[in-house]
Amino acid sequence: MTKARIDARFAALKAEGRAGFVSYVMAGDPDAETALAILKGLPAAGADLIEVGFPFSDPMAEGPPIQRAAQRALRKGMTLKGTLAAIAAFRQDDQDTPIILMGYTNPLVTWGYEAFARDAAAAGVDGVIVVDCPPEEADSLADALDAHDVSLIRLATPTSDDKRLPVVVSRTSGFVYYVSVAGVTGVKEADAAAVAPHVERVRKASGLPVAVGFGIKTPERAAAVARVADAVVVGSALVDEVAAGVDAGEDVTPNEDVTRRVLTKAESLAKAVRAARRIPA
Amino acid sequence: MNAPASPDRPNDYTAYPDADGRFGDYGGRYVPETLMPLVHELDAAYRAAKADPAFQAELAGYMRHYVGRPSPLYFASRLTEHFGGAKIYLKREELNHTGSHKINNCMGQILLAMRMGKTRIIAETGAGQHGVATATVCARFGLPCVVYMGAVDVERQKPNVFRMNLLGARVEAVTAGSATLKDAMNEALRDWVTNVHDTYYLIGTAAGMHPYPEMVRDFQAVIGQEARQQVLEAEGRLPDAVVACVGGGSNAIGIFHPFLNDDGVRLIGVEAAGEGMETGRHAAAINGGRPGVLHGNMTYLLQDAEGQIEEAHSISAGLDYPGIGPEHSWLHDVGRATYLTATDLESLDAFKLTAELEGILPAIESAHALARIGDIARNVGKGGVVVLNLSGRGDKDVATVANHLGMQI
Repeated sequence: MTKARIDARFAALKAEGRAGFVSYVMAGDPDAETALAILKGLPAAGADLIEVGFPFSDPMAEGPPIQRAAQRALRKGMTLKGTLAAIAAFRQDDQDTPIILMGYTNPLVTWGYEAFARDAAAAGVDGVIVVDCPPEEADSLADALDAHDVSLIRLATPTSDDKRLPVVVSRTSGFVYYVSVAGVTGVKEADAAAVAPHVERVRKASGLPVAVGFGIKTPERAAAVARVADAVVVGSALVDEVAAGVDAGEDVTPNEDVTRRVLTKAESLAKAVRAARRIPA
Repeated sequence: MNAPASPDRPNDYTAYPDADGRFGDYGGRYVPETLMPLVHELDAAYRAAKADPAFQAELAGYMRHYVGRPSPLYFASRLTEHFGGAKIYLKREELNHTGSHKINNCMGQILLAMRMGKTRIIAETGAGQHGVATATVCARFGLPCVVYMGAVDVERQKPNVFRMNLLGARVEAVTAGSATLKDAMNEALRDWVTNVHDTYYLIGTAAGMHPYPEMVRDFQAVIGQEARQQVLEAEGRLPDAVVACVGGGSNAIGIFHPFLNDDGVRLIGVEAAGEGMETGRHAAAINGGRPGVLHGNMTYLLQDAEGQIEEAHSISAGLDYPGIGPEHSWLHDVGRATYLTATDLESLDAFKLTAELEGILPAIESAHALARIGDIARNVGKGGVVVLNLSGRGDKDVATVANHLGMQI
């Protein structure tokens, strides 16, 4: 059921002749209830796939927006277990939208790879991205995920040269995430023209669809990337809406203002991605 | 992924890490993909440099004429007399240029960085000793230098911040997370991942992703190589015990490593117990943590039940880190080294005692090792010999010590 959901979604996008919109949100940000309302609202707002971050205290590849999102979530007590519970709740209403978990190695080591793979699959997780677990360290995790038919999604980057790329795409399925800039999330801006040849290289090396993320904040930028990639990932810009809502309003749960802000932002990005190939640059 | 319950004792303790950077279960390369090609490049460059006699000769020249090596092995007769046990020798790393063992590693890595054609140096620092040592070699070789330092540490180690500035380095105060050494390391990694094309990350301790734990150990092993030869000259025998404080563990692994295969030599690390192990406010990764992954390696870590990293607590900024180098984790599991603890207060007492009896102000980090030296010397007994790595000088700590004694200076 799991890999199948990612493959089915990319096949449908291909049939429609458009790129997918992948929205990233942090579990438990700003609180469990609001985050679940956001998660449940994302498909209607136009998210074709959803990445759900599970918070970690020391997220070394994140820029300030997602670092702060993780801190907010941890302060409200979000855990990996709570993250899987939120995904299970989402799955009660939505059997089609692929969910990709994204985070860092240590909470998975703590859980145990086998138990984590089993529980993630049961919750309805389709793929997992572990930012600080490169192929060299991933065999035991990949074995565990394979046993439950959950994809281990790999990151290709501007530093993935022709020698490195085959290593990166080994033992992967679903899609490949191309990190469009050398850097942390949400700081540098992605350049669609510079990204295009890399997307082609990664597609060729992996035989899989390529989603592009890091540094895509505006509908314009998302549309530009949507013309060259199979999917566009936006994270920090959505997380910024959570921060803005929290800063602007009272600390209430659920925070409907935060939910509205995030889903409105997601809608504008999704519209731009959906229309990109119909409207020439 | 937990540590094996009954690990095998290897025949050769010095044969690690393996090609994947593993000391048993520990170590590895848990870094974002953007950095992986650089980590492999660094590994290849280090292996080539290690095997190149010209590189080793250049390093040895700077170690002698710029760092001031060899450092003396000093018989601390009054400490010995005070405790009434084994003879206590101090390996005087605090006499090195910049005042600690940190310069040994910085000199090795800066030569490697230049050999690799890197033009910008970044580093993290806790107490500021590694930051000062990095700023020093960057000034010496004319490379721009950015040092990441937790905002809390910037506040408690102001003289070292000023020293770094005088040496031309830019000090970035890190306010993220707990604003101490682990957060400085996160921020340095974020800088590296952003500036991969020209930047060399000069890690200050024998931790992080492979090959750093091996490389830093190798550059620090000069401490143990000298100490081993010096104690043989002085006593005609190997010591009964070698003792060092452990945060990340670079001074400890540096003095331990050349003794690893000397079965009769006990190797004893001393972790920071902060306000006391029972309070939970400490920095003792082995005595109070469990294995996990942080900053590129699998090692013992302070963490909660969910795998979130916990803040370390120590009077010593240099030991205030929730992890420990992976080789120490392995030496602990296989039983080759023993890891004790010393509290803030015990270390302050040892600081004062060493000043009064030997006329030496030890770094508050090194004072943790000194806090256990009496027990160890008495345990070994008269006729025995123990060597303690006096890894740094305590001038930087006088304000902290005064503060704890209730004085203003």
